[in-house]
Amino acid sequence: MRLHEYQAKGLFADAGIPTPDSRLATSVDEVVDAGRDMGYPVAVKAQVHVGGRGKAGGIEIATDEDELREAAESIIGMDLKGYHVDRVLVESAVDFTNELYLGVTLDRGEGEPVVMVSSEGGVDIEEVAAETPEAIAREGVDPAYGLHPFQARKAVYEAGVPGDVARAVSSVLETLYDLWENNDASEAEINPLMVTSEGDVVAADAVMNVDDDALFRHPDLAEMEEESYTDDLERKAGEYGFDYVRLSGNVGIIGNGAGLVMTTLDLVDYYGGEPANFLDIGGGAKAERVANALDMVFSDPNVDSVVFNIFGGITRGDEVARGINDALAQFDEIPKPVVVRLAGTNAEEGMEILNTELVQVERTLEEAVQRAVANAEEGNL
Amino acid sequence: MSVLVDEDTRVVVQGITGGEGKFHAGQMIEYGTNVVAGAVPGKGGQEVDGVPVYDTVHEAVRREDADASVVFVPPAFAADALFEALDTSLDLVVAITEGIPTQDVMTVNRRLSETDTHLVGPNCPGVITPGEAKLGILPGNIFSAGNVGLVSRSGTLTYQVVDNLTKRGIGQTTAIGIGGDPIIGTSFIDALELFEADPDTEAVAMCGEIGGEDEEQAAKFIATEMDTPVAGFIAGRTAPPGKRMGHAGAIVSGSGTGTAESKIEALNDAGVPVGDTPEEVADHIEGFL
Repeated sequence: MRLHEYQAKGLFADAGIPTPDSRLATSVDEVVDAGRDMGYPVAVKAQVHVGGRGKAGGIEIATDEDELREAAESIIGMDLKGYHVDRVLVESAVDFTNELYLGVTLDRGEGEPVVMVSSEGGVDIEEVAAETPEAIAREGVDPAYGLHPFQARKAVYEAGVPGDVARAVSSVLETLYDLWENNDASEAEINPLMVTSEGDVVAADAVMNVDDDALFRHPDLAEMEEESYTDDLERKAGEYGFDYVRLSGNVGIIGNGAGLVMTTLDLVDYYGGEPANFLDIGGGAKAERVANALDMVFSDPNVDSVVFNIFGGITRGDEVARGINDALAQFDEIPKPVVVRLAGTNAEEGMEILNTELVQVERTLEEAVQRAVANAEEGNL
Repeated sequence: MSVLVDEDTRVVVQGITGGEGKFHAGQMIEYGTNVVAGAVPGKGGQEVDGVPVYDTVHEAVRREDADASVVFVPPAFAADALFEALDTSLDLVVAITEGIPTQDVMTVNRRLSETDTHLVGPNCPGVITPGEAKLGILPGNIFSAGNVGLVSRSGTLTYQVVDNLTKRGIGQTTAIGIGGDPIIGTSFIDALELFEADPDTEAVAMCGEIGGEDEEQAAKFIATEMDTPVAGFIAGRTAPPGKRMGHAGAIVSGSGTGTAESKIEALNDAGVPVGDTPEEVADHIEGFL
């Protein structure tokens, strides 16, 4: 789960990291009011989950009320890389001399956290990492001990951070690490951390990704998740508790187990079709869950054809078949053709139960995918 | 022969009184697995399917001489259960539980590095040596005994590939589902090392997926350390960057690392043919035998 900038900034500020004055707004009038209260210049920043917001026109700086109104009108309601902007953060623009980067993430290869510092902040840090990796100082953290203060200092000095702010930057890095650990984050980043002409540091942006699996022990963060859905189908998937990703094609895909569902997507592509989504019903799904999955996929107007691919282990084929029957029985006419492939635990029982007047049945994965791709092509004619 | 488990493996089931634990303990016993004890705090003295339950893993190990455990403990308590298992010096711990917070697994793995125990998982289907023992939730009936080793990050993909193999008469020595989380105990390399050392394993099927660099590392290991031929499959070719595809580990970063292309290329460079479909993986394995 990715927090919005304003949500992450709130956490950072509460933990003592300096952040600019800011206010969340949902209308042009609210933005203008915020500008009046805060004074100029101010920045208006779209609150959507996309990288490179600035380049895409999602961040503008205004030096007076006319400019601010214009910026607010252009950003609120805009479509930013497929996301509708309904909230902006209005923020005091920081007068800076220097931009730094601070980050904490999990080093999968080492199986431990890593803190990163760069004196080349304010730019795409992935580009820096790819082109001049030496510009980023890294320090691996032993999870048994946490980040030692000396490690924070070491990273800061190795990154070439100016000496007069090194102590302040180290302190921010230690706090960022604590935030990462205490909130079960997978990533916590400040890019840029601005150094002002007075020698203060200010977090001008804030990024935090939280481990979905740990939300049960962070009810405050779980509430933020509800605010963070931007797509109606994703919201619905969240309510049903599915792993769901919407894609651009027209073959709807439902399966059990992430690896098998990904494989089904890949085979749709291999046989010349385009997947409309990734939907994993998970292990041990009961009939109702299967019906919900069909509802999800039928809700996507781009879907012309559906393929069900179930290989039962913990999931039982007869339960799945019952779910498919129940879901389809609600329709006078099935909205889109559905191909079903059942294998594994209780697959034979499932095949006997399955109402073959409502669905098409195939025995192998390859045949099922090819049929679904053919159905989608016909639907497109 | 086999790796990790065989008919002599003595298994304690942690969480045997829960719904999943009880059901799958029964399935394991039915398969012929030597399930000797359960361990559930507060449930000591009970019996499940004739298996004695103890309050602690320590007591289960002491009384029943167990040397492996299978963990069906819910995510919130799973890390503690794994620490307990690691504290008893078992040879093998198989963690089935899905959804354990990543930072919890990180600290478990830190502890694991100080022990000689093999941890398989978490979020995995388990380990099976067909005809001898299964530790986990794999459907026993699709497996058959033979000479192909299988290692996979995904449970259902394991079943798919095994099904393709079994249906053409190719059996397996052992199948290991290592799990799809970003941090896991047994890696591809660990599993490949075990298969390389097993004289009965004549070929290995390896199923990977997008995310991380484990497959790339495994490719290097295969190129330099293995004589046993390996065929591969990589799921997630069509996954868009930045989106998490179910498995916590299955996310491609925008910068090109962890993509299906980079994994397939690394494997091909190591002399490992990669199937476009699971059926093609079986074709390659058949060609090796």
